[in-house]
Amino acid sequence: MDAVIDNLPLFLEGFRNTLGLLIIAGVGASVLGLIVAAMRISPISSFRVFATAYTELVRNTPLTLVLFFCAYLLPLLEYSPGYFQLAAIGLTVYTSPFVAEALRSGVNGVHVGQAEAARSVGLTFGQTLTFVVMPQAIRMVVPPLINVIIALTKNTSVAGAFFVFELFGAARRVTNDRGDAVIPILLAVAAFYLVVTIPLGLIAGRIEKKVAVLR
Amino acid sequence: MSSVLYDSPGPKSRARSRLISVIGTIILIVGLLALIVVLGLPKTSANGAVQPGLWDISRWDVFNDLLVWRTLGFGALATLRMAAVAAVFALLIGVLFSFGRLSASAWIRVPTTVLLEFFRGMPVLLMMLFILLVFATGSFWAGVAALSVYNGAIIGEALRAGINALPRGQREAGLAIGLTPVATRFRIEFPQAFRQMLPIIIAQLVVLLKDTSLAFIVGYNELLRAGLNQLANFFGDQYKFSFFFIVLAIYLAMNLSLSWLARRIAKRTGPQAGSVTTDSAPPVDPHSGDPYAVDAQSRSHASQGG
Repeated sequence: MDAVIDNLPLFLEGFRNTLGLLIIAGVGASVLGLIVAAMRISPISSFRVFATAYTELVRNTPLTLVLFFCAYLLPLLEYSPGYFQLAAIGLTVYTSPFVAEALRSGVNGVHVGQAEAARSVGLTFGQTLTFVVMPQAIRMVVPPLINVIIALTKNTSVAGAFFVFELFGAARRVTNDRGDAVIPILLAVAAFYLVVTIPLGLIAGRIEKKVAVLR
Repeated sequence: MSSVLYDSPGPKSRARSRLISVIGTIILIVGLLALIVVLGLPKTSANGAVQPGLWDISRWDVFNDLLVWRTLGFGALATLRMAAVAAVFALLIGVLFSFGRLSASAWIRVPTTVLLEFFRGMPVLLMMLFILLVFATGSFWAGVAALSVYNGAIIGEALRAGINALPRGQREAGLAIGLTPVATRFRIEFPQAFRQMLPIIIAQLVVLLKDTSLAFIVGYNELLRAGLNQLANFFGDQYKFSFFFIVLAIYLAMNLSLSWLARRIAKRTGPQAGSVTTDSAPPVDPHSGDPYAVDAQSRSHASQGG
């Protein structure tokens, strides 16, 4: 237990970096994902093809490989704003197709009849989306989006292996120093992650139940 | 089939959207070509040394060496081996978890739920490190154990959602013909839930295959380490990009073929939901960690439709 208390500042620093990565990559991935999702359902076929290809490619690439590219290869191309920024870029790119898919599945989850009714009373593509489909889709999108954020929280740990000092990096350093107290250290780090992920999961579950009743 | 979101376009808007489409394609292709050309240009680094461009032959001649392909092959096999072993255990653990969570006795249900939340909320990487350091298993089994427990928890939740989504009559009928509750679950409910959830389970197995690359960090000698660490260190930095592209291509080939399989199975057995947009890939988010959330919606939706 003393190993945890002694190293608490390290853990807190790691936790701060984890949260930083989470917020930056979360916002970035939301913006990028929104663009990709809009392209994916747009009437213009070249955008659809591009968005589909992007989604499939990035989604099937391991995160480790993406972060490896950011941490080792981007500096070789003489782009090196620092490992934290590089990891944030990698996580943003990696998470964006999942955001896009969550948004799209929300749009797909709205019953066809809704869109048909909106179209048949003469609303345009934009009006159908803004007044009929999106208000319903957004409710349904929230739980899967929260799940994407939860996954992102856990994924930030991979950045710890690429020179970013976040929770996983803190765990590695402290377990190196204190090989005798590995279990309490790792449980403490796990607790930090669970502090973020479990409440988010509970919120997602509650919203989901509410939405289920509404429908 | 055209989307219901917009009219089937008339000649004017068809021409317009074709124009935008062509312009968009040109912009995308030009951008891509520009990127390729820029990457191909020789570069002068800060100390004045000139490096050849990425497509220069001197960066790719290493692939004439049979040893390189052997190493990559062994790496890919190591990745597949870990994924296969972990997938088997993940399925078993998933079945156990789903039964535990649906158990009639709170003494089993509550601890299972707590354990499941714990495993689902924790990064796989941390679990690998934990198992490696605490149980001293070696990196292969650390990776296998962490991947099976984590993905088992998610598959378990998917199976539970599948069993919950079955009509109650299934269970009642099983009990009515005199099967015990356990036999009903195994012989009546479970096979149906498994079939229903197969697309999600396979999507999760794609995630598992991708996540084997995390074992690289705890020191397992798989594709990523073989290609990007060992080979790149052995042959030198100038080959790093080439190895990266090859490793990426191998991963994409493995994952995309498994995803393709998932999609085919989804088309055959998955829930048929009416969809607003043209492409009807199943709304499955394999990395969300909680895929049943999405699917439960489309399921209730499907049952509304028919």
